[in-house]
Amino acid sequence: MTERRLLTLHVPEPAVRPGGAPDFSNVKIPKAGAVPRPNVDVEPESIRDLAFSIIRVLNRSGEAVGPWASPLSDEELLEGLRHMMTLRTFDARMLIAQRQGKTSFYMQHLGEEAISCAFRRALSPGDMNFPTYRQAGLLIAGGYSMVDMMCQIYSNSRDPLKGRQLPVMYASKEHGFFTISGNLATQYVQAVGWAMASAISNDTKIAAAWIGDGSTAESDFHAALVFASTYKAPVVLNIVNNQWAISTFQGIARGGAGTFAARGLGFGIPSLRVDGNDYLAVYAVAKWAVERARRNLGPTLVEYVTYRVGAHSTSDDPSAYRPKTESDAWPLGDPVIRLKNHLIVRGVWSEERHKQAEAEILDTVIAAQKEAESYGTLHAGAKPSARDMFEGVYAEMPPHLRRQRQQAGV
Amino acid sequence: MARMTMIEAIRDAMDVMMARDEKVVVFGEDVGYFGGVFRSTAGLQQKYGKTRCFDTPISEAGIVGTAIGMASYGLRPCIEIQFADYMYPAYDQIVSEAARLRYRSNGEFTCPLVIRMPTGGGIFGGQTHSQSPEALFTHVAGLKTVVPSNPYDAKGLLISAIEDPDPVIFLEPKRLYNGPFDGHHDRPVTPWSKHDLGEVPNGHFTLPLGKASVVREGSAMTVLAYGTMVYVAQAAAAEMGVDAEIIDLRTLIPLDMETIKASVRKTGRCVIVHEATLTSGFGAELAALVQEACFFQLEAPIARVTGWDTPYPHAQEWDYFPGPARVGRALVATMEA
Repeated sequence: MTERRLLTLHVPEPAVRPGGAPDFSNVKIPKAGAVPRPNVDVEPESIRDLAFSIIRVLNRSGEAVGPWASPLSDEELLEGLRHMMTLRTFDARMLIAQRQGKTSFYMQHLGEEAISCAFRRALSPGDMNFPTYRQAGLLIAGGYSMVDMMCQIYSNSRDPLKGRQLPVMYASKEHGFFTISGNLATQYVQAVGWAMASAISNDTKIAAAWIGDGSTAESDFHAALVFASTYKAPVVLNIVNNQWAISTFQGIARGGAGTFAARGLGFGIPSLRVDGNDYLAVYAVAKWAVERARRNLGPTLVEYVTYRVGAHSTSDDPSAYRPKTESDAWPLGDPVIRLKNHLIVRGVWSEERHKQAEAEILDTVIAAQKEAESYGTLHAGAKPSARDMFEGVYAEMPPHLRRQRQQAGV
Repeated sequence: MARMTMIEAIRDAMDVMMARDEKVVVFGEDVGYFGGVFRSTAGLQQKYGKTRCFDTPISEAGIVGTAIGMASYGLRPCIEIQFADYMYPAYDQIVSEAARLRYRSNGEFTCPLVIRMPTGGGIFGGQTHSQSPEALFTHVAGLKTVVPSNPYDAKGLLISAIEDPDPVIFLEPKRLYNGPFDGHHDRPVTPWSKHDLGEVPNGHFTLPLGKASVVREGSAMTVLAYGTMVYVAQAAAAEMGVDAEIIDLRTLIPLDMETIKASVRKTGRCVIVHEATLTSGFGAELAALVQEACFFQLEAPIARVTGWDTPYPHAQEWDYFPGPARVGRALVATMEA
């Protein structure tokens, strides 16, 4: 007779809860420059290590070191800094606007600015992102109008989406930004399909899929990896691991797996892990993955290791589930400060110029905000027409909707 | 014109559209090399190549999700879910994504997509090869839902669906693939080759979505049916000697209310027949609409003959399936009411 022991269920817990001292000793951080840079046509099997390490370029002294230190010009880096600072300022202003009741809802990117801003730089016109609600840097860095973004957030008379969508769920085909859905992970597999379509059409465009750590648990994540792997779709599969899915720490989604990047290995997809707070590293890895896709070498999976400094959304209070000072203890620091320091080391930036830039950017964002508010906010001023509610359900309005529009008296 | 089964008509529609428009792609489980478990894509991969017609992993969410991405790129995917009973893993993609892309992006992105699904019972398919989930689609704003009942309609409607700028759920009653079926399971089935509606035009032709067809004119009552039930209703009316006007709805959304209204206002009675379960089925919507539009002309309560509110059983197939006897009793009861 074998002994029958009572089973117990394992439920993972984060290292620390509110009141405790933040502890990131479990995050193994390699030195900047320590991870090798393979050729883009490398055999996935031979770079398994890259799914368990962290590619980093900027060292503690703010120098760009190692094989991933990419040749971005001073101007490009200064522009990158400006993009990140703009996104951060935009977030701060919209957060206040939400608190003032000018909109119902907002979600910030605090601490994650480098990822979408630097990734955008690796893309070409015509490529398509399938973003989540936390990649607005793709729009800011892509030159999309801040006024249009704010009009969407305010659901006002100039809202490009006619007031139909929750704030931050932007859409712009021209800017390679697929319409955001509230349903998590759905876009991940759609990105693979878009990439397959580009390949079927013998086009040269590629797709970029985006997902957070928590949503990798959705079944669409799995479907996306299967399809991307099977058809060698020209897609970059991005996972933004910011450690938190609302109140749930990343271990709940990751389980016992070493990393999220490691998920790609079982599908035969080259998988890299990168310092998400290192603008230069994000750009270098993005460029590598984009080039692989562009050369028809198939998909790449990239895990960006970062930290969600802000609340999940304006409806969330993180002090209920994690230490208040946890973001200060995050070992990969702040992406804006790190790039700022690097530019100072390069001799093309200074504290004074940074302060001046902050003031200029604030002015620009406030000017955009004033203009956007002149077209109305959620509860005041001009609004989208109630007629717009019935438009666009179908290409042509069917009889039953025409009847309902009439009943609504609009 | 050519004689075709419903399977051949469906395959021919895809063949015609793949030849006309290189944006049309066809894929699903076993759809490529093998030509589909029902043979509806046979020969298409050989003719158009692996990148136009291909096999997929067994992942309904993956099939529909990638198709949505392709449609938003500008292709026109016509994809297959092997059985309507297996569409549930893709339901999030269908409802939250395909149906709403146009609306939520204010037309920045659209989803010209057809999802073909064999549907319906009467084949001893048991619980997971017999379902009729149309009400789960008609309830979703942004989807169109089509159910053809014969080869001619199947081809014309499928070509329209592929050309339509919106996502279309195309439900194919698999009981009708090889011949019409009136519910008399104890009698031999006539193949489509011996039926007028097996006569299908060659090449390109369309039938409008949102247009019903009056398959039998009558004055005593109106029967609303679609799919296999069109033949059951015809048999029931003939056997009971009821002069019923039988309407094959063909598309459920958009619904041809004009044809329905004109008929019920003429006959004053209405019986609704579908295989799907009763509660919250599409029949409930039809009954409500007829009641609203024809209240003062109605001379009897609107009756519904449907599948029972149970999962689709195996051994009890003919106790479940609303056959001519059960439909016939409802016709007589409605005449006498």
